[in-house]
Amino acid sequence: MKRIADSGAAIVLVFFMKLGLLQSVLTPENRMLCDSAKNMGISIELLLDSQLELLLTSPENEYGGILQRSSSYVKTLYSSFYFEHCGTFVCNPYKAHHLCGDKFLASTLLAKHKIPTPRTFGAFSADAARAAAAKLNFPVVMKPVFGSWARMVHRINDKDALDAELENREEMGHAFQKVYYLQEHIDKPGRDIRAIVVGQECISTVYRTSAHHGNFITNTSRGGIASKCPLTSELSELCVNASLVFGEGIYGVDLMERQDGSLVVHEVNHTAEFHRSIEAAEVDIPGKMVEYFVACSKR
Amino acid sequence: MQDMNCPECAGAIAAKSALQLGELLSCADCGTKLEVVGTEPVVLGRAPQVEEDWGE
Repeated sequence: MKRIADSGAAIVLVFFMKLGLLQSVLTPENRMLCDSAKNMGISIELLLDSQLELLLTSPENEYGGILQRSSSYVKTLYSSFYFEHCGTFVCNPYKAHHLCGDKFLASTLLAKHKIPTPRTFGAFSADAARAAAAKLNFPVVMKPVFGSWARMVHRINDKDALDAELENREEMGHAFQKVYYLQEHIDKPGRDIRAIVVGQECISTVYRTSAHHGNFITNTSRGGIASKCPLTSELSELCVNASLVFGEGIYGVDLMERQDGSLVVHEVNHTAEFHRSIEAAEVDIPGKMVEYFVACSKR
Repeated sequence: MQDMNCPECAGAIAAKSALQLGELLSCADCGTKLEVVGTEPVVLGRAPQVEEDWGE
């Protein structure tokens, strides 16, 4: 961005820096984001993370802004870190990806900032995990600290199931699989809520109802069905506050309703998907995301 | 529209004219999932597999 004239309060800015959308594949969301930009007359260059060659020892600031949409968590972290250190505006920033992508860190921070969240334990051995589960009472929910689309998110109904889960995890090679994350099971009404927050505004909320009766997984990537959810001021304020724990940006905030109707935030997603819920949301989600990204890139 | 062939089986790929980087296609002959890895000219490669760390 170059300042070419400055007279009084009127500052004329010419925006000519390149904008990029970093992706692993052209997902439906990425296609919608590109189409929205095109409709606004904004050029966003598509980049593939598999084709990046990043000269770490001499970073170059080629882009004014990078919209981070890589499907890979690991590549998201490294590329966000790199581009930020080039002086590029990255949406979302590295810190957001780092903290949201690790459920251990995210739960700790949500609680620290007084965001209502399910009671959660972290443990580093099978025995400590058993002791934590006893304190939570069965059923408990176990999740990997890294991961998405509800992979390996399990409801553990009793001690036998917990022992089986822990044995499987102990046999896995990766050290992160031996970081145990155990969460209070919320007896939700067969659905959860996905909110999209852009900047300091909650722009949409949808219910996600499990495709199969009795299945507690509600992710739309696993067959969950999206339907309209009223965006109340209470819901909006909670979602914005939850997202701001990780720094202003673009987020998908997931909430559950307790039996008494109170809400808990169980996850904040740093590269939110929305294509399966956009119809129910009845909001131009990609348009609002692009507007925010461009405005921040110009700052 | 540029003539394209599957990099795995050399079968002809029918695709719309305006392909975008990262777009996914399937080869009708061998079923291989393909990704557009270049657009000027169009270059096809084998699509990346969904990895353990993929998600949102």
